[in-house]
Amino acid sequence: MAKELDELLKQPSEWLRGVGPMSEIVMSSRIRLARNIEKLSFPTRATKASSREVLGLVRDGVSRSATLTSCLFFEMGELEEVDRQFLVERHLVSREHIVQPDAKAVAIGQGEVISVMINEEDHLRIQVMQSGLNLKDGWSLIDTLDDELSETLPYAYSSDWGYLTCCPTNTGTGMRASVMVHLPSLVIAKQINKVLHTITRLGLTARGLYGEGTEASGNFFQISNQVALGRSEEEIIENIERILNEVIHQEQAARESLMTNNRVQLEDRIWRAFGVLKHAQTMSSTEALDLLSAVRLGVDLGLTNGLTRTTVNELFLFSQPAHLQKLEGKTLTAKERDTKRAQLIRSRLGGQG
Amino acid sequence: MLCELCKQTQATVHLTEIVNDQMTELHLCEACANQKGAQVESHFGLSDLLSGLADFSKPQEPEEVPVKACSTCGMTYDDFRKVGRLGCSECYPTFKRSLGSLLKRIHGSPIHVGKSPLRLIKSGKVAKTELLELKRKLERAIADEAFEEAAKLRDQIRRFEQQEQQAKHKK
Repeated sequence: MAKELDELLKQPSEWLRGVGPMSEIVMSSRIRLARNIEKLSFPTRATKASSREVLGLVRDGVSRSATLTSCLFFEMGELEEVDRQFLVERHLVSREHIVQPDAKAVAIGQGEVISVMINEEDHLRIQVMQSGLNLKDGWSLIDTLDDELSETLPYAYSSDWGYLTCCPTNTGTGMRASVMVHLPSLVIAKQINKVLHTITRLGLTARGLYGEGTEASGNFFQISNQVALGRSEEEIIENIERILNEVIHQEQAARESLMTNNRVQLEDRIWRAFGVLKHAQTMSSTEALDLLSAVRLGVDLGLTNGLTRTTVNELFLFSQPAHLQKLEGKTLTAKERDTKRAQLIRSRLGGQG
Repeated sequence: MLCELCKQTQATVHLTEIVNDQMTELHLCEACANQKGAQVESHFGLSDLLSGLADFSKPQEPEEVPVKACSTCGMTYDDFRKVGRLGCSECYPTFKRSLGSLLKRIHGSPIHVGKSPLRLIKSGKVAKTELLELKRKLERAIADEAFEEAAKLRDQIRRFEQQEQQAKHKK
């Protein structure tokens, strides 16, 4: 397994630090820009030779960027499957990026705040990801990095249509800004569908953690913009933040209402989850996500003494399949993983070994 | 629960996607999930929706000659309709007419507002500031008699100028 990746394993990802504005509800903020080099076929249609050419050009551009000084660089084809999966779990590459890994690569900089995927659907997918609700800082960082890269790379751009991308839904700014929110109380109160419905009517979309959704995957939702053309980057970000503040407000209200009207049931739910996590001998990742979500709510409401948000956040990540296997240093079957997962959670939460 | 594909092995991979409020679930075993890979995602993905949009545009929009191919990557508009993805940056000018109306349908506007590559600003190919660029686009829109766009651009220019005014007052 790649040595540099083992270094990453020692610390939780930037987006799991559990700090930053509104971090009791907002897990992380992410901005990505889709960019292409003019006149070269997009990766979905490119020949091997043309893809290698793009890889060389972008690698050179990355090496000249001041923002990406001393970044890590991995060619996906040279990594083992478990290492590729590890990068997906840390949100450093997309799930699409590890299918047919030939001529695909990723540059990771500034801790794990920046990642640049090369030859995903577009030649470049530049990403900045931080803890808490923090899109404005993210934009100023990614704007600078994008300017640096544009000095060496001839971006495909038209003054009418903006940045030209493989999928026309990204044409224009090429930007998708998304915020990962934890909305357990809206799910418990059965308000979540109403909220998601309203969001889609306001030009945003909602998806689950890693593309999965719903209550079953830890009550996490990724909310992002749908439209990339006809609005400036700042306008798009302001729009998301405005709507998101309303969603946060709704979740806060639902939490207050549960605490006032159903406190016993709520505490029961949280402590039962805590009990299972502390004592179970085998656990699927779905069950772990679900229970950890309940415990996280307990931490956010100040109901669980001595347990920090960072510990719970780390368990969300370290209980994922590739992370478990990296911790063990070997490949594990699904059954073995379930046992190891339960063991890891028990030990981190101070349960019986 | 058994895998929905092979119906033999226990399902360990659970995929859920929400598109416009509609939830779809898929339960697979590890082997089938690996085999399906990203297909699973693209199965519900935007490309279906998009080729739907492109098809929808067929009867009412100015039509590209379906066999006209992009001189750089060889893609035809028919190919694009099928996959929902363009082949290279030169596809944009090649399919200008159809793409223009498609982009307008997707985004509600066919004119880019936002940043431009530094290299083009330095070489004078696009205007230095966003305000100047917007004014240039407004002139173009009026010349093209695209009044709806022009109104939108005018509003954006006004908002920009107000912001600048406010910034001055703060100083």
